[in-house]
Formats: sequence, structure tokens, C-alpha cells
Amino acid sequence: MEPKSPFWRLVREIWPLLILCALVTAITVGIQAYGDTITSRTLTEALIRMVVVIGLYIFIGNSGLLSFGHIAFMMIGAYATAWQTIPSVQKGIFISGLPDYLLENTHHWIVAVVIGGLLAALVALISGIALMRLSGIAASIATFALFMSFYSFYLQWSTWTAGQSTLIGLPTVTDPWVGLVFVLIAIVGAFFYAQSRWGLALRASRDDAIAAQAAGINVTIQRLIAFVISAFFVGMAGGLYGMFLGLLTVDTFYLPLTFITIAMLVVGGMQSLSGAVIGTIFVSFTIEVLRTLEKGVDMGVAFSLPANSAEVGLGVILLAILIFRRTGLTGNVEISWPFKPKVLAADITRRQS
Amino acid sequence: MSFAVQVLIDGLSLGSFYALAALGIGMLFGVLRLINFAHGAFITFGAYMLIVPSAATQATLFIGDFHAVPLILCVVLLVVGLALISEFIAFRPLRDATPATLMVGSFALGFIIQNLIIMIYGGRPKAVGLWSDLSAGVQLMEGVQVPKLQLIIIGVTITLMIALVLFLKRTKWGIHMRAAAEDFRMARMLGVKANMVIMMAVAISGVLAAAVSLLFVVQTGILDFRMGVPMMLFAFIATVIGGMGSLAGAVVGGFVVGMVSILLQTFLPSEIRNYRDVFVFLFVIVILLARPQGLLLSAATKERV
Repeated sequence: MEPKSPFWRLVREIWPLLILCALVTAITVGIQAYGDTITSRTLTEALIRMVVVIGLYIFIGNSGLLSFGHIAFMMIGAYATAWQTIPSVQKGIFISGLPDYLLENTHHWIVAVVIGGLLAALVALISGIALMRLSGIAASIATFALFMSFYSFYLQWSTWTAGQSTLIGLPTVTDPWVGLVFVLIAIVGAFFYAQSRWGLALRASRDDAIAAQAAGINVTIQRLIAFVISAFFVGMAGGLYGMFLGLLTVDTFYLPLTFITIAMLVVGGMQSLSGAVIGTIFVSFTIEVLRTLEKGVDMGVAFSLPANSAEVGLGVILLAILIFRRTGLTGNVEISWPFKPKVLAADITRRQS
Repeated sequence: MSFAVQVLIDGLSLGSFYALAALGIGMLFGVLRLINFAHGAFITFGAYMLIVPSAATQATLFIGDFHAVPLILCVVLLVVGLALISEFIAFRPLRDATPATLMVGSFALGFIIQNLIIMIYGGRPKAVGLWSDLSAGVQLMEGVQVPKLQLIIIGVTITLMIALVLFLKRTKWGIHMRAAAEDFRMARMLGVKANMVIMMAVAISGVLAAAVSLLFVVQTGILDFRMGVPMMLFAFIATVIGGMGSLAGAVVGGFVVGMVSILLQTFLPSEIRNYRDVFVFLFVIVILLARPQGLLLSAATKERV
């Protein structure tokens, strides 16, 4: 079936986008309709993580560089949101080192989340100017070092972050619907970035850096653009996460969260947006099943898995995916227009003529 | 003067830990091009092998109650065993993957081992008194009092390094290993047995991890499922500073990081002393940037030990 009208042509172009948005919306609506408050919380957390994973995909998927540092951007966004949304009285007590303007004022949470994302993007811009010159494994280590620097810094910066203790008082506004809206925004953003000339140029440099440079692509700049955009989304996800938990500790943003988000992306398939979304859904669902089994189920006889089975299971799944299906569940391709073969053939003849 | 000696010994003993851990990571990087995120888990595993497996808050020594020689042997064998199992189930199937994929694979492996430890032993830190008499001080010279343990740590590190150099330079397998690290495919064509060499490198890496576990437990007296992680992170820094793939570089890097940490600890003004680790990690980025082509890329052509 070849789409004739401009409308169907458009639908075909943005098919992966439509499918992914529909999928996430359907799951959210479904769980909200039949679930209780506990499933609703799990769902919210999964949606926030999906924003993080989509952010990771924007950089990792298009550039081919593995970043272990993005959770630092999540932390930056989360704390920036906390500075803007915690009531002044509490800020005076716990984080008195803030500048006067922040101590005395609070912002609406949406403003706070966006500013948090922008701050993360700014940090990515400044650090990226230096880091994006690196390639391959050196880039991965450098992002990891960046992550550790910020983690150690926030852990000690107690007048702004409450350091090793817990920062409380964030409004708990993030529910599944808020999560869903941000996921949809992230999906749209990631999709159109990937379709843009920037995304195309960056993927060209991923597939063959030298040929891309020869074709006039400034690889460093292209990587930097993706790094900044991805940090923006991850930073906003951090703000949402803070307002989901209602409290923040620096330790939340450490290796386990890094591991889970990278696992989600790799399991789904690092190089496609569909991979980011499906990987998050698959991993979240699996973790939830294992957690339920940890608590114990009654199947004629009482049966329960030992504590931490979910983590072990996640590690095993990731390792298995890496060994047996390295391109992830989606095989690194987007969910495509179901009637593709004919369309493609028609396209080719048209282009040749 | 006595103060300088004190700082020097502190720096050397901390540097010894980092150098041993960095060597363990460097061994695998040499032949596998693997940055082993599971090395910290190997170290933690070795330490936990000392006690009876149980989630009880009070640790009961098991292997830790043996006489010193069998104790060391048991721990070393167990960690080497774990390292070899890791090679079979994770590293070998991933051998043809890109370094980044291998890195994620080892990250997964480390995560699995760490969580298995929590599953079996519980997540709370436990106190173990292993060879606590070693913490007694020794009078080195006028005004310099250091724990006996620090001297032992430095001694063990130097001994292990000499043994490793002799192995790599003088034995047939050591020469094969260096050849494989230089150019893996070429070495295979010249008759170097790839699997054997890799298993040997993995085993040596296990021995080095076991040494770190034992020394670290004796020094801190605490078992914690996270204990290996900081050690591994600083060892990463050491390998990056020294130049990945160069074992001599790993050792030098380890001692540099140890010395720098102690110096920052000693001489930074107290209000920013807590930020020590921030400076250390930023230092890595600076090093990576100062060589934009990457210390890592030059690894293959670099002289080893």
C-alpha cells in the first residue's frame, strides 16, 4: 500500500513517533485504570526513567559514544529544582548557603524543572567543549570521571545540597500523567533531533568518523549539540524525580541508577529511539515481576525469591542481551511502517526517474 | 623531616593499594582491551570469603580463622576461580565486541557479583578482626611511628611487582602475554595460544585483586559490599594517568594517585579538604585532554614493563 495523499505520507514519515507515543500512552492509561497507588508509583518512576533513557539515547544512540556520566546531569537538574521549589523556611534551615534570591523565592514547579534542565545543559555545554574532543573508550572514561567529580562535589557541598544528609520539602507533584507528558515531549524531541540535519550528521560520524569529517561535518560540534540536548532532558528528568520522591540524597544518583538506565538502553537497543522506549518498558516490567516474587507469592506453596533477586536478574538480562543479541531487543532499528517493502520500491523508482 | 617521612609512607601505602588494583585492571586491558568494571567486585568478593556465609550482623570468621598460609592460599584461589568463571561466562563470549560493549558487560558482571554478595551476606557492613596485631606501631626513626601494616603493604606490593616483572620477562608464558598485548592477531599467528594467555592474565588479575582484598580488610577491619568500588575507581584513574595498556604506567599512576591524595589531604586548607576527590577526578579529565589523541590509543604500541 503506497500512501498517496500528503497526509499518509506524513504519517509514514513519523510512524515510529506515533507508535511509540501511542504505546506509552496506552500503557499509562491501562495501568492507571486498573492499578492501585503502588502500581501508580512504580509507573511514575518508570516514566521518569524513560525520560532519562531517551536522553541517554539522544547522545549515545546518535554519537556511538558510551556515556557513564549522564546521571550527574540528572543530579544537577534534581538539585536545581529543589533549590527553586522547597519552601523558603526549610531552605533557610537545611541549605542556607543559597544566594538570597533563591532563599527568598520559589518558582512554579514547571519553571523549576525547565531551569533545572537548562542548568544541566549548561554544565554539559561547558564540560562538553572539552570532553567531546575525545573518542571511543577515552570519552567513556572521561564522562565517568565527570560523573564522579560531580558526585563527590555534591556530596561535600553541604550548604547547597545538604551533603550526606537528606534534603526534604520538595513538592510531590510528579504523578504518572506528568511523567507521561514529559516522556511524550522527550520522544518528540529525540525523534525530530534524530531526523534533523544535526542528528543525521552525528550518525554519519558514528558510522564512519573519517568519512564524515571529509564530508565537512565538524564531529566535535555535532557531538556537543547532542550532549547538550540529552543533558537537558536528563536534567529535567532529575527535577521530576526529586518531585516524585519529595526528598533528595546525593547517593540516589550513583552507580546503581547509572547501571539501570544504561541497562535499559542497551537491552532495548542503543541506536534506536524505539530501543530506548521498549528497553525501559521491558526492564521496568521485569524488575517489577522479580520484586513481586521477592516479596513472595502463593502458588499452592509459598514461594519467594531472595532479596536483591531483581538486581541480579537485571544484571543477568543485560549480560545475556550483550552476548546473544548485541543490537538489543529492537535490533537497533525503529519500529517501521508496516507496509514498507512496496513503499520503498516505489520510492526508489521515483528517485531514479 | 620526620613529618615528610610520615607523609611519604602514608602516600606509598595508599599508592600500593591503587597500584595493585591498577595492575589488575591493566593486565586485562593489555590482552583483552577490557576496562574491567568488575574488578572492584572481585576485591569485595575476596574479602567476604573470609567469613561464614550468612546474613547475620555479627561476622563469624571461617577461612579467616585459618593459619596465615592456607588462609592466603584459599582467598587467592577463590578470587582466581571467580575471575576465571567471569572469563568463561562473560568475557569470552564478548571477545569480539567493541571495548565499549565489553565495558558494559563487565559493569553488568560487577553488578551481579555485588548483588549476590548482598543477597547472601546482607547489606550491612560487618566488623572483622583479621590480624589486628599488625596495626601496632613501629618506631622507624626519631619521631616517626608507623603501623607495621603499612610497611607490610608496601613490601607485599613490591614483592608482587617484582614477581610479575620476572614472570613477564623471563618465562615463556610471560613473553607470550606481552606479545599478545602488543598485537593480539599477530601473536596468534605466531603460535601464541590466545585462550591460555587470556586465562593466565585473568588469573593474575585475580591474584592481584585477592592481595588488595586481604590487605584492605586487615587495614580497615570492615566488610562492606561497596568496599571494592572506590579502590577500583582510583585504580581507573591510575591506569589512565599512567597510560592504559602500560603496566609500568599503571604502577606509576597508582603511586602518583596515592601520593597526590595524601598530599592534598595534608596540605589543602581544611574548608576545601573534603573536595579532595573532586580534584583527583578532574585531574583525570585534564590528563585525557592534555593528550587529545588519548593515552588509550597509544596503548597498543607502548612498551610494557
